Amino acid sequence: MKVTQISVFMENKNGRLAEITRLLASKNISLRAVTIADTADFGILRLLVKDPDYARDVLLEAGFTAKETEVLAVAMDDKPGALAEVMELFEKNKVNIEYLYSILAGKGDKADVVFKVEDLERGESLLKQNGYDKPLDL
Amino acid sequence: MRVYSPQDIEFLDRQALEAIQLLRLKKVIAVALDTPFYKERLSGVGIEHPKDLKSLDDLNKIPFTTKDDLRDTYPYGLLSVNKKEVVRMHASSGTTGKPTVIFYDRDDLNRWTHLALRSLRACGCGPIDVFQNMMTYGLFTGGLGLHYGAEDLGMFVIPSSGGNTQRQLLLMKDFGTTVVHATPSYMLHLYAQMDNMGVKLSDLNLHKALIGAEPHSEDLRRKIETLFGIDAYNSYGLSEMNGPSVAFECVEKSGMHLWEDAYRLEIVDRHSLEAVEDGVVGELVLTNLIRHASPILRYRTKDLTRILTGTCACGRTSRRIDRIMGRTDDMLIINGVNVFPSQIEEVVMKIPEAGNNYRIVVRKKGTLDVLIVELEVGPDILSDDTRDLYALKGRLVEALKASISIKPIVEFHEPGQLPVQEGKAIRVVDERGNLY
Repeated sequence: MKVTQISVFMENKNGRLAEITRLLASKNISLRAVTIADTADFGILRLLVKDPDYARDVLLEAGFTAKETEVLAVAMDDKPGALAEVMELFEKNKVNIEYLYSILAGKGDKADVVFKVEDLERGESLLKQNGYDKPLDL
Repeated sequence: MRVYSPQDIEFLDRQALEAIQLLRLKKVIAVALDTPFYKERLSGVGIEHPKDLKSLDDLNKIPFTTKDDLRDTYPYGLLSVNKKEVVRMHASSGTTGKPTVIFYDRDDLNRWTHLALRSLRACGCGPIDVFQNMMTYGLFTGGLGLHYGAEDLGMFVIPSSGGNTQRQLLLMKDFGTTVVHATPSYMLHLYAQMDNMGVKLSDLNLHKALIGAEPHSEDLRRKIETLFGIDAYNSYGLSEMNGPSVAFECVEKSGMHLWEDAYRLEIVDRHSLEAVEDGVVGELVLTNLIRHASPILRYRTKDLTRILTGTCACGRTSRRIDRIMGRTDDMLIINGVNVFPSQIEEVVMKIPEAGNNYRIVVRKKGTLDVLIVELEVGPDILSDDTRDLYALKGRLVEALKASISIKPIVEFHEPGQLPVQEGKAIRVVDERGNLY
């Protein structure tokens, strides 16, 4: 369901990722999901953490450009075809997905996948109506 | 080596030359008085009529004209003939979005063309030559400026214009080009590309390069000469003074003869704006004595040079100026195109999402210049979607290209990565060093 993701702008430079992760570690911030959208000349680091506001402030204070984005985190059964089912649901209802990534270490028999969709509200209600309503424990 | 008869206007003694200057200046004053701008300026110093100008020294009473004056009178404020008399206009970069425009009537063009002919003749060009003009044809004066003079001299003219190196080399090879007109950096680029395109020096019949539109060092001239096994001649011009062939090197290659029958030459101290002694470096100030559609008196070129003392072995009496040593303002010359940082700022500021922290970097990539606009990515710019950043970059590149005719590279940087100096952001970094 709706969760707040932190996006951080990074230049393609040696050591930037190390610096960010070191900074978050020093503040005892645990990462639940990490992914990078990279291009030829820059990257956007996307993070899921327990307390996004705090993580954002830590990053801003250290001089990084960080902002919050709402995304949908979906707990699905950890079995073949589970993702396909959700994708089909989105496709049928014309909810466009901008990107998706999975959350580190699923818990038990569930796998968590994060979706960034164009229409967040519609995406969320669609998921709820179809039984994907388990809140995510970050 | 005296090449032409002493009767030629290029060999007049000082007194006769100054008599011609005064005569021509009076005519220019007469047309300048037809523009509201100069009417006010001139009456402010007691010149209501050309006859109020008793001697050339009276010119010194007239205030300088600057690029800002040209901008403020855009588009027609300095046009002094009926619009139907105009046969061409050219334009160069202004300090802001508005270009500086210049108009020519038929006689103006004829007089300029004749100067181009004289310039080409001075460096030894003639009807036997095949002249490939690699300067851009268009609003920029570099291309058309020498074109008609070359034709009048009887040269075989190939108007290849700028760019497309492969085609340039093909034309040079197949038509036996003997003379090219290009920027010095394009000459180096041309040489660097020959190998790639399978063209050898022995395939070419090149003898001369006329190089201009960019300040360059004596070392760079020698380098071009050695690489191609040719003679390279320095050329100086600016659209406010018609375009190329304001000053040109003769075969002696010892400074550029400034055609004094066509332009009144002054060198002033860059700060006090007082005249300096011959030989001292200062800002070049020119009065166009041969154009009537757009009169411009005492124009501050912002180019730094000095008068070379002594006489030239060729016998021409027009004084020579040294190669351009720099600018008094922050104008950048990028691959021969004039760009003011303020033009870039204007574009960046019009795109609010681009934020306001940016830096302009000019550096060499191979032999050519590249313009890089570095933008700081603050919270307002940052999107979670890389496509949004690319779209912003695309819009900025297009807007800059439309404004300055150069396609820049736009780079994104993290905040605080752009260096600051004493708390003030450094907006412009020219990494090209001291003239190559």
